[in-house]
Amino acid sequence: MNQESLEKKVQTRAAGATLASTLPPLLAAAEKLAATAQMGEHGRRRTGLGDEFWQYRPAQSGDSRRHIDWRRSARGDVHFVQEKEWKAAQSVLFWVDTAQSMGFSGAKERGTKRDRAQVLGLALASLLIDGGERVALDGLDGPPRSGRAHMLRIAEAMLVQHSADYGAPQMTRLPSGAQAVFLSDFLGDWDTILRTLSRAADQGVKGILGQILDPIEEVFPFDGRTVFESMGNQIRHETLKAGGLRDRYLERLAARKDALRELAARTGWQYHCHHTDQSAQSTLLWFYSALRRGR
Amino acid sequence: MQFGALAFSTPWLLIALIALPILWLLLRAVPPAPIRRMFPGVILLLGLKDDENQSDKTPWWLLLLRSLMIGALILAFAGPVLNPQQKRAGSGPLLILLDGTWADAQAWSARLDRVGALLDEAGQSGRPVNVTLLTDPPQAITFRSADSWASGLAGFTPKSWTIPREKDWITSAETGFDTYWLSDGLARDDRMDTLNALETRGTVTVFEGGVPPVALTAVRYSDGGVLIDVIRLAVGSAQEITLSGYGLDPQGQERVLVRGTANFAAGENQFEVKMVLPAELRNRITRFQIDGVRSAGAVTLTDDALKRREVALIAGRDDREGLELLAPLHYLRKALAPTADLLEVPLNDALLSNPDVIIMADVAKIPETQALEQWVNDGGMLVRFAGPRLAASDVARDAIDPLMPVRLRQGGRNIGGAMSWGEPKSLRPFAKTSPFYGLPEYPEVTVSAQVVAQPDPELSSRSIATLADGTPLVTRKALGQGQVILFHVTANAEWSTLPLSGLFVQMLERLAITTRATTPSEADLSGTVWAVEHMLDGFGDLGNGDNIAGVSGKVLADVLSTGAATAQVPPGIYATDDRRIALNVLKADAELKSTAWPVRIRVEGLSVLPEVKFMGWLLLGAMVLLMLDVIASLLLSGRLRGGMATAMSVLIFSVFSIPDAAKAQDDIRAIEATAEVVMAYVLTGDTTQDNLSAAGLRGLGDNLFRRTSIEPATAIGVDLETDELAFYPLIYWPIVATQKMPSNAAYIKLNSYLRTGGMILFDTRDADIGGFGAATAEGRQLQRFAAPLDIPALEPLPEDHVLTRSFYLLQDFPGRYQGRDIWVEASPPVADAAEGMPFRNLNDGVTPVVIGGNDWAAAWATDQAGNWMLPVGRGFAGERQREIALRFGVNLMMYVLTGNYKSDQVHVPALLDRLGQ
Repeated sequence: MNQESLEKKVQTRAAGATLASTLPPLLAAAEKLAATAQMGEHGRRRTGLGDEFWQYRPAQSGDSRRHIDWRRSARGDVHFVQEKEWKAAQSVLFWVDTAQSMGFSGAKERGTKRDRAQVLGLALASLLIDGGERVALDGLDGPPRSGRAHMLRIAEAMLVQHSADYGAPQMTRLPSGAQAVFLSDFLGDWDTILRTLSRAADQGVKGILGQILDPIEEVFPFDGRTVFESMGNQIRHETLKAGGLRDRYLERLAARKDALRELAARTGWQYHCHHTDQSAQSTLLWFYSALRRGR
Repeated sequence: MQFGALAFSTPWLLIALIALPILWLLLRAVPPAPIRRMFPGVILLLGLKDDENQSDKTPWWLLLLRSLMIGALILAFAGPVLNPQQKRAGSGPLLILLDGTWADAQAWSARLDRVGALLDEAGQSGRPVNVTLLTDPPQAITFRSADSWASGLAGFTPKSWTIPREKDWITSAETGFDTYWLSDGLARDDRMDTLNALETRGTVTVFEGGVPPVALTAVRYSDGGVLIDVIRLAVGSAQEITLSGYGLDPQGQERVLVRGTANFAAGENQFEVKMVLPAELRNRITRFQIDGVRSAGAVTLTDDALKRREVALIAGRDDREGLELLAPLHYLRKALAPTADLLEVPLNDALLSNPDVIIMADVAKIPETQALEQWVNDGGMLVRFAGPRLAASDVARDAIDPLMPVRLRQGGRNIGGAMSWGEPKSLRPFAKTSPFYGLPEYPEVTVSAQVVAQPDPELSSRSIATLADGTPLVTRKALGQGQVILFHVTANAEWSTLPLSGLFVQMLERLAITTRATTPSEADLSGTVWAVEHMLDGFGDLGNGDNIAGVSGKVLADVLSTGAATAQVPPGIYATDDRRIALNVLKADAELKSTAWPVRIRVEGLSVLPEVKFMGWLLLGAMVLLMLDVIASLLLSGRLRGGMATAMSVLIFSVFSIPDAAKAQDDIRAIEATAEVVMAYVLTGDTTQDNLSAAGLRGLGDNLFRRTSIEPATAIGVDLETDELAFYPLIYWPIVATQKMPSNAAYIKLNSYLRTGGMILFDTRDADIGGFGAATAEGRQLQRFAAPLDIPALEPLPEDHVLTRSFYLLQDFPGRYQGRDIWVEASPPVADAAEGMPFRNLNDGVTPVVIGGNDWAAAWATDQAGNWMLPVGRGFAGERQREIALRFGVNLMMYVLTGNYKSDQVHVPALLDRLGQ
């Protein structure tokens, strides 16, 4: 890793941490916990492994003597065994789009969309890890984990850029009942997005669709003869009169956003559109409450 | 190809203009180059079609701009030329002939330009050329290459005299030649002769035009007014011509004394201007000139004819009342009245009015001898006539009377009377040395009685007219700057018939007692020799006539009568003794007519319109349009945003915000100049000297700081035109020959600065002020600069001046040069030596100027590090000289700031005395 990307990584993590420091640790909503055997903070209302007291039950044969709660048993003649509540962790799956299109910035003083997505993603992940949840990043191997060390791995993986013009989640591992956070501009191929979300819905995964756009993309302030190129130079479109395309472009963009919103509503996801000229703070707050609420 | 005055060098290129409409369409059709933009949203654009098939329509004004630009380019390369020079046909030798008269002078440079253009042409076609002035023809024509003439063209000047009739130089030419004749357009009677002579040699082309000449004819005096004719050639429109009469004012400065206006109605070509002005003023006038016209013809010089001498007539007796013809002054009055202003008052009153001449008829005793003698000494002319009283008195009998040219014998003599023997005597012809030499003989003049001069060694030299027997009739002697003349006869017809004859008037005229009113005839002038005092050149400037031989009266009279001045007798002022005759360019009755050229002669205009090539301008215009196009295109495509727009608005607004800054600058400067003691130096425009002045005052300032309680700040350079001077105690003004004369406003400032206690140190930097002299350019420049300044009388710095002891005791004031005197305001003459002190009691007044030439700034000058910038002298002596120079600077500054404080030392004894009590 060269010097520049090292700096970038440090900066992004610092920005994520700073952003996250303004909110308390996040416990993601978990209607249906992912079927993981990992310990977490979500009580399962049944006995199992956990730290919290759940109930006493008479000791049965086979119970280890070590498990007998002697303080409770002393009040009577029956031996009781203290059972703990089964606590499991919620898994939150992140997809932060790092395709070329996210590298766009409409103005020098604004960062790219990717930067914003990374900051938001890291902040959320950091909050979740602080809350004891497990976090996984699309594209990073391994099960969802918690802990600061995992946090570092996620941060590192987020910085890997994709050469594709538009990104799409791979979702090789989609634990059912988990939550997901997709941060992207969602300008890419609609079918891919639709397929991924459908699959996620099938798995019972719910989450947030965070669409991150540059204000320029919302305004389309172009005029005159223009050749528009995608960030990876793979797609180009020439127009003689860019101003004339404005309305139709905006229509299409609005249609795309509506489609996303509708898709989210159908699959029980939540949709939020964030612009890079807005404060990341408010959006993070929205994500925070959305994740905690779970719907 | 030619359209009016406009032509194209490559006209076929204009065909390209047809392409402009095509270009228009093309520009509309071809879209502007696309901008490449990275835009992630492009995926949403895929499949979108443009509404219209053509690009954003280029706005019509941009199209127009571009079409204009291309049009300008096409026109530029087609090589448009305004007033293209026509090539003249012809080969072989070429004579370019200029009249070179006064009438040419008004538009001389235009004529030379035309000649230059003709020479260029001739040079291009390789014709040998001769350039000749008709007024100054060569002995024989030589033809040389055109460029050799072109270089010497500026040396041709118009002449004030007329064209000589001599035509041999044309007829004697060895080869035939064509002639371009740049005529002044005035008709002359020998024009056709010249033309015919030229036409025998080749074709003649005439160039005429330019400013129609205007001229003045001679001045006349009539009925108390001065009459002057303004004549002009143009008879077309109404015209107003103003003329001015110039003369010396009482201070000796030439200035306009009178102005007149000639209002020509349309069609008139002569206008008589009458100017009435007092005799005192009239006598001062030396010339009249048409305003704004530079030509000898526009100048008319005045001479004695205009001068009316003031003659005081004093009679010894006026007891014989009623006997008019016997009155002693009758004939004098008759002779003088037409041409002189007579003054008949008692002598002491007459002396007060300082007449030119005092004539005393038979006055023996003069009570005011001393005053009269003084008056004669100062240049007056005393003319005395004898008579019974003088004969009877003992005036100048034994001793020479200062107011009599000779001693007289007792009683006089009678000749041919009833009681005497002999015939009345007639006059002997005048001797060559006599001022009357050349006057015709009048045999009828007889003298029957006279006073007789005592024989003296000087008698013969003092006699200017004698009787046939050799006895003096008129004697004269010089007294101081004036003269005393004695007619040994009476002023009436009692003793002689002289007053009855014309000789009497002519004699008075020769003595410059009277002046003639008309053109002098040959007889009037015969026997005299006239020197050219001032010569009029073709431009109407008076020059020195030293290199022109004297002219005999006969020739002069001839020229005066014909009005045809020549190179030998040029127009100007001719002088002999006390008399002045003006020979003007035009006679009194001159007229201006234009030449009627024969039809066969081609007459062209004079004005040569310069060839103007437009290519450069058109290219420049295209360039400007291109710039506009760049800006407009940027604007249209939305690329002119942010930084560039800001930069442009800054550029535009900065233009408007300058004046405020200048005013603020003034205030800052005033505060700088007044916060501390600041010396100033005049910015001369010569950078080297300005830097040296600054360095000099820096060096002096450092030394003042070190040695005295004066702690000056950095010296400031002042521009006399714009800067306020009042802030500075001392202004150092190095005189640079190239400095421009300050304006009147600057002089008003300077004078108020000097009056209100400022001091200027003038430094001519030439070490030669001792002669106060015009010897160096700087010296002359100083005189010019200082003339309008309000400077009191000056004297070389006296030994006891305060400047010699205001801080150091000094007697020398060297700078870089060990020059001589420096000059300061003269001390009052009444100052007396103070008792017990080596200096006078002078404690008033600080001199406003110190003038010297020792280049002080150079001696004082140090660089920033304090090192001397220029060497002074040599070795130890040089160092000493620099030290003294610095001491002078210290003294000067002390003097400036403390005034005559040191002079109060004269009171020290008195103060001590008082303290003792």
